Amino acid sequence: MSDQNNKNTNDSLSSGEGRSEVKQEFNITVYTENQIGLLNRIAIIFTRRKINIDSLNTSPSEIDKIHRFNIVITEHEDVVRKLCRQIEKQVEVLKVYYHTNADVIWQELALYKVSTDVIAEQVSVERLLRENGARAVVIRKDYTVFETTGHREETDALIKILQPYGLIEFVRSARVAIIKDSEGFNAKLREFERLEPGEDVIENEYLNQGQKVFSM
Amino acid sequence: METQTIAPEISEIAEPSATVPTVEVSGSVALLEALIVEGVDTIFGYPGGAIMPIYDALFDYKEKLNHILVRHEQGGIHAGQGYARTSGKVGVVFATSGPGATNLVTGLADAQIDSTPLVCITGQVFAHLLGTDAFQETDVINITTPVTKWNYQVTDANEIPEVIAKAFYIARSGRPGPVLIDITKNAQIQKFEFKGYTPCNHIRSYRPKPIVRPEYIQQAAELINSAKKPFILFGQGVILGNAEQEFKAFVEKSGIPAAWTVLGAGAIPSDHPLNVGMLGMHGNYGPNVLTNDCDVLIAIGMRFDDRVTGRLDKYAKQAKVVHLDIDPAEIDKNVKSTVPVWGDCKETLPLLTALIQSNDHSAWVQKFAEYTRQEVEAVIEKELNPGTGEMTMGEVIKQLNELTKGEAVIVTDVGQHQMVACRYAQLNKTRSNVTSGGLGTMGFALPAAIGAKFGAQERTVVAVIGDGGFQMTLQEMGTIMQSGIDVKILILNNRFLGMVRQWQELFNERRYSFVDIQSPDFVMVAKGYGIDGKCISERADLQGALKEMLDHKGSYLLEVMVTKENNVFPMVPQGCSVSEIRLK
Repeated sequence: MSDQNNKNTNDSLSSGEGRSEVKQEFNITVYTENQIGLLNRIAIIFTRRKINIDSLNTSPSEIDKIHRFNIVITEHEDVVRKLCRQIEKQVEVLKVYYHTNADVIWQELALYKVSTDVIAEQVSVERLLRENGARAVVIRKDYTVFETTGHREETDALIKILQPYGLIEFVRSARVAIIKDSEGFNAKLREFERLEPGEDVIENEYLNQGQKVFSM
Repeated sequence: METQTIAPEISEIAEPSATVPTVEVSGSVALLEALIVEGVDTIFGYPGGAIMPIYDALFDYKEKLNHILVRHEQGGIHAGQGYARTSGKVGVVFATSGPGATNLVTGLADAQIDSTPLVCITGQVFAHLLGTDAFQETDVINITTPVTKWNYQVTDANEIPEVIAKAFYIARSGRPGPVLIDITKNAQIQKFEFKGYTPCNHIRSYRPKPIVRPEYIQQAAELINSAKKPFILFGQGVILGNAEQEFKAFVEKSGIPAAWTVLGAGAIPSDHPLNVGMLGMHGNYGPNVLTNDCDVLIAIGMRFDDRVTGRLDKYAKQAKVVHLDIDPAEIDKNVKSTVPVWGDCKETLPLLTALIQSNDHSAWVQKFAEYTRQEVEAVIEKELNPGTGEMTMGEVIKQLNELTKGEAVIVTDVGQHQMVACRYAQLNKTRSNVTSGGLGTMGFALPAAIGAKFGAQERTVVAVIGDGGFQMTLQEMGTIMQSGIDVKILILNNRFLGMVRQWQELFNERRYSFVDIQSPDFVMVAKGYGIDGKCISERADLQGALKEMLDHKGSYLLEVMVTKENNVFPMVPQGCSVSEIRLK
C-alpha cells in the first residue's frame, strides 16, 4: 500500500510551522484486535483532549478477528496526526490512518418511519423513492419504514420531505468509509493474519453460573 | 495434589514441552510460577479478601518470592517504582479489589507519565458477581485505563500464563510503563492443567520499537556535522534504554555540550566536562538561555515536557531539531522536529556516532561556562555556602555530596527540596536519581526509597523529603520497621509547603493561603517505629549529623530545620520563554 497518499501516523510533519488554518472533517481508520475495553481506551484519547467524536463505527473487518473503526472528527490536521499516533500506541491497535473527505468514499444509512395512511394518501411514493434513492424496507398497516444511504445532506433532504407528513421516527448510522487509495491493504492484512493468526478468545464460563461457583 | 508438595517441582517447568507432563494447579500458583520465571524476587503488596487465594499460595513461596508488606497500597506501588528505577527490572505490586485497587491509581499515573515498568496484580470479586456492586467491587479496568500502558481482567485461570507473560513483555519493552492485571477470585482458586510458562516476546498488534530508518540517521548526522552551536538535551530514555555507554560515546566524539531533564540526571556523571547542567523551570541558567541560541538541538529520550520548554512559541525557534525517541507519538508532539529519529537510542546512537565527525566545540562549551559563572555568583554561592543565617537546603545537599562522594541513590519527594536536590546532587552513576518527575507526586519519596533499596541493596539510599510530602506517606516507616531495610531519611523542614509558598510570594502578592503546615515531632514519630533519628537546626551540627546518619546501621531519620522562606532560583516563570529565566 502506498503510504504516500495514505496519511500514515509515522509520516513526518510536512514543512511549515504551526497548525493548518481551518478545522475540517477527518476520517480516522483504525485496525485493531477484537479486545474488550479497547473502545474505551480509544474513546478516552479523544475525551481527555475534549475533542468531540462526530461519528464512530466499529465492526469486524474482512479479516477474521481484526476489527475496523471509522471515526469522524472535525479538527486541525496536526491535532489529528497526534491523536492517531496516540491511538496507534495502544497495544491492541494494528494500524491507524487518517484521511480528509476527499480521500474516502463514505456513506451513512438512514431509516425513516412514517404513517402508512398519510404516506399512501398524500405522497407519490414511487416518485419519492426514485428521487431520493430510497427504498421501502417495511410496509405495515400502521407504518412504513424507508431506507436511504448517502451523504449527510442526502439523508437530511428526505427528512425535510417527510417531516410535513408526520415523520414518526428517524435514525442515522455512523459513517462507513472506504479509502480511495487502499489498494493492497486487504492483501497486507491477509498476509498478516496468515503469518500471525489471532487467538480464540476464552469464553467466560462463570458469568452464567451464579450460585454454582464457590464463594466466600 | 497439594500446593505445598507441587510448588518446588513445578518451578522446574520453564518451557512447555511434549515430554513434560502437565500439572493441575490453581490460578494463584500459576501466577506465582510465572513471576519466578520472569525473574521476580520482590513483591510489594497488601492483602485483602479478593486476593486471598494468591496470598494463600504465596505462603508456600516465601523462600523464592520476597513479599514486602507495606502500610498502604500507594506505598506499595511507589515502592515498586523505586525498585524498578534502581534495578532496571519490572516492579511487581499486589493489591486487593475495591479500595486496594483504587489506592494504586496515583502510582499508576506516576509510572505511566515517567515510563516506569510495573506489573500490578489486583484481586477482583468472583466473576459471577461482576457488575452487581458486590462488596469491595470497583471497575478497576475502566478506572485504570487512562493510566496504564495495558490492562486486562482475567476471569478464567487458563488465561493466567499467557496474560502474565504479555503483561511483563508490555511493561518492560519499548517505552516501558505500568500494566495492571485484575484477576477474579474464582480464577485464582480454579484448578487447571498448567503446561508450564513461556515468557512472551511478541504480540502481533504491538510494535515496541519503531523500525530505524537509515535515511534519518544520515540526515541527522549531516545536520550535526554542519552545526556550529549544537546542543544535546537528554532524558530518561537514555537510562531506560540502558544506553549510557552509547550516549557517552556519542557526546565525547561529537564534543557537544549536553544538558539533562530531571529524569535524565545521572545518565552521564555530574562532573563530566560536557555535562552542562539541568534543563527547565528550575534548571541551570546556561542550558535554558542557550537553548534559544543553539543552531541544532539534539533531543535524546526526552519528551519536551512543558516544565522543560516553558513557552513553546518562543522555544528554540532558531534551531533545527533532531529528536531521537522510541515512542513515535512523542515526535512532533510538542516541538516540531527537522529530523525525526525513531527507535531505541541504544540502537540509534551508535549508528549516529559512526556517522558524525569527531569535533571540538570548546568555544561554544565555554559559553555555558560563562553563564555558569553568572549563576554561581547570583544563586549557587549563596545557596551552597551561605556562611551565616539559617541553613539552606542547598548546603545540606552539598554536605551530603561530600560524604557520599556521589555514590548514593538520591530519592526525592516533590517540591523545593526536590528541585534543590536535583540541581545540586552529585551523581556518579546511572539509576541514582529517583523522583516523581511528570506527575509530581507528594508522598512519593519514602516508599520509593524503600523500593529503591530493595532494587539496589548494595547502595546507600537517601530519601530527601520535605515536611509536607513526608506527612503524606510517613506510615511507610512501618514497612521499614517490619522489613528491616536500611533507608536514610533526610527531611528538609522549612515549615511551609515551600514550592506553593514561593509561587504565592512571587505571583500572588505573598498571600500565603494554607501553606503554613505544622508537623509532628518527626524524630519521635520515627522512634515509635523503631527508627533512630535526630533533629538539627545549627550549621555546626550539619556535617556530624549527616555522617551519623550515613554511618548508622539501619534506617535513620535526620530532620534539618532550614530557612523558612527561601526560594528556588533560577526560575522560568510560567508563561515565559526559557531565555526569560530569572536569577532572582
